[in-house]
Amino acid sequence: MNLGSGILKGLVETARNFVGSYYDPARLVTIQYPDERLPLPEKARSFPMLVYDGEDPEKGLRCVACKICEKECPPQCIYIVLDRDEKGRPRRRPRIFDLDISVCMSCQICVEVCPFDSIKMNTEFELSTADRFGSLLLHKMDLAKPASYYLGLHPVEAGQVNARLAAGPGHAETKAKPGAAPAPAAGTTSGATPAGSDRT
Amino acid sequence: MFDALDQLFVSLKHWLVGQLPAALQPWASLVISAAAILGVFMTLFALTVLIERKGLGRIQNRYGPNRVGPWGLLQPMADFIKMLTKEDIVPSGADRVVHFVAPLVMVVPVLLAYAVIPVGRNMAAVDFNAGLLFFFAVGACIELAVFMAGWSSRNKYSLLGGMRAIAQMISYELPLILSTLPVVMLAGSMSLVDITDAQGGHYGGWLARWHVFTPWGLAGLLLFTVAATAESNRAPFDLPEGESEIIAGHLVEYSGFKYALFFIGEYLGMFAVSALGITLFLGGWRAPVLWLEWVPSYMWFFLKLGGFVALFIWLRGTLPRLRADHLMNLAWKFLLPLVLLNAMSAALWHYTAQWTFAGAGLARWLLCASLVGVPYVVLGRRLFAGQHIGPRTYRMAA
Repeated sequence: MNLGSGILKGLVETARNFVGSYYDPARLVTIQYPDERLPLPEKARSFPMLVYDGEDPEKGLRCVACKICEKECPPQCIYIVLDRDEKGRPRRRPRIFDLDISVCMSCQICVEVCPFDSIKMNTEFELSTADRFGSLLLHKMDLAKPASYYLGLHPVEAGQVNARLAAGPGHAETKAKPGAAPAPAAGTTSGATPAGSDRT
Repeated sequence: MFDALDQLFVSLKHWLVGQLPAALQPWASLVISAAAILGVFMTLFALTVLIERKGLGRIQNRYGPNRVGPWGLLQPMADFIKMLTKEDIVPSGADRVVHFVAPLVMVVPVLLAYAVIPVGRNMAAVDFNAGLLFFFAVGACIELAVFMAGWSSRNKYSLLGGMRAIAQMISYELPLILSTLPVVMLAGSMSLVDITDAQGGHYGGWLARWHVFTPWGLAGLLLFTVAATAESNRAPFDLPEGESEIIAGHLVEYSGFKYALFFIGEYLGMFAVSALGITLFLGGWRAPVLWLEWVPSYMWFFLKLGGFVALFIWLRGTLPRLRADHLMNLAWKFLLPLVLLNAMSAALWHYTAQWTFAGAGLARWLLCASLVGVPYVVLGRRLFAGQHIGPRTYRMAA
């Protein structure tokens, strides 16, 4: 029967915490978020982005508007319109690529089905906005991110992707589904090719 | 010089009152006292809320609020603005009048209670000859306020909170009042000024004759503190609020400034009951030892009040909430017998004062202390006997 000694023991413990938290920084595990940040883990993800090679997001975009991601997206938050030239021939790049992040559920299925390693997951999470319609609908230019940015976010994954792309078009097919068209892959995966060769 | 500093606020008030025509002087005196009480204790409230949040944070190895102003010092201002600008919601089924009046009934009596407390030499707003009785009479209004809030909200959680509060506060009022009985017995007065005066003088020419330095005073202070914690609804006796069980009890349906008033009332009640404990057992505004008499009396009072508040915060950060039946057992089976025995111990202390044989002082001390100490051990053991204390075992769940 402790008759109150338990209370004293508890008081000593809390007093030790109180004093210790001023002397021992290891006790204070709080990360004061807006000022301090933990590095995001490799596998962190928020919403998709479109990766482009080179300097110009318009020309270097890996996306060929094949619409596989649009079809696979479970909540159907992707909307793609193929770009065509004056004669109506397809240009193998999206004219419109919209992604509604108020609908997106970050499932990453679009990333897994993309044969061109074009759509990848971003880690940007500070997306709060006062406008819940316009600001949450991301357009092609909002989504386009340089390959270096992707490498910075997911170094391991991006390294593998870069190695695959550097190995040449044949290897890209191994990732593509059997049904997916291999021919367009040949055109776009060679990221260093001049923009003109993108045109059909 | 020290006297002038000690009586600074008293002479300031006299001077201010003296500026006015004679007909207004009694009224002006009251208004100035009331304004001072309001100003000082509201500031103390703001400070305490901040210190409590910081302190609880440190107890749990957190930083506590540190965003508003340097080291979070402006947090009370931010809280105040938030409270003022929040929407005031009254439930559609509520009893509107009672719902509105309850927060006022909470705060006003607590402020009245400060009138009889001497916060320094010659610094009681009213020297009332039944001051202690007045204090408890006004303090009883808090129970009414809590139940009014619980009943008028028309919410099952509010009502449960109100019922718990009534059960708890009425049960603990008994040990609270009875623990002050020995002080009244020995001082022969209910006036808090007289009770402070009864603790004047020094043991052995240096140690103040506070009641805590007697066996019944020490036991009385401990019993009083337990009962006072329960009476002011603070953790570990915060069953009426019990966030995890009944959300916030009687506070569920309150928002905005009405909620803030309840909050203020709760803290002011805590200060008031601490101030009473200081006056009854810790010599009020008196210095603990002879050579510290030069420190102004109000400084001593607020130093002791700060100590009491720190103790309450510390207890809140340490102890988990009691179960309702344990709460009742503690009040009726444990505290009540002990406070009654403590009154007997005080009587014994009074009648053994003329013992003159060798070692009389020590014998007297041990005798009076054992009159409370032995029942404490015996009662504690009896109450714990047959109770399983330790990790819970589950029979049905494998």
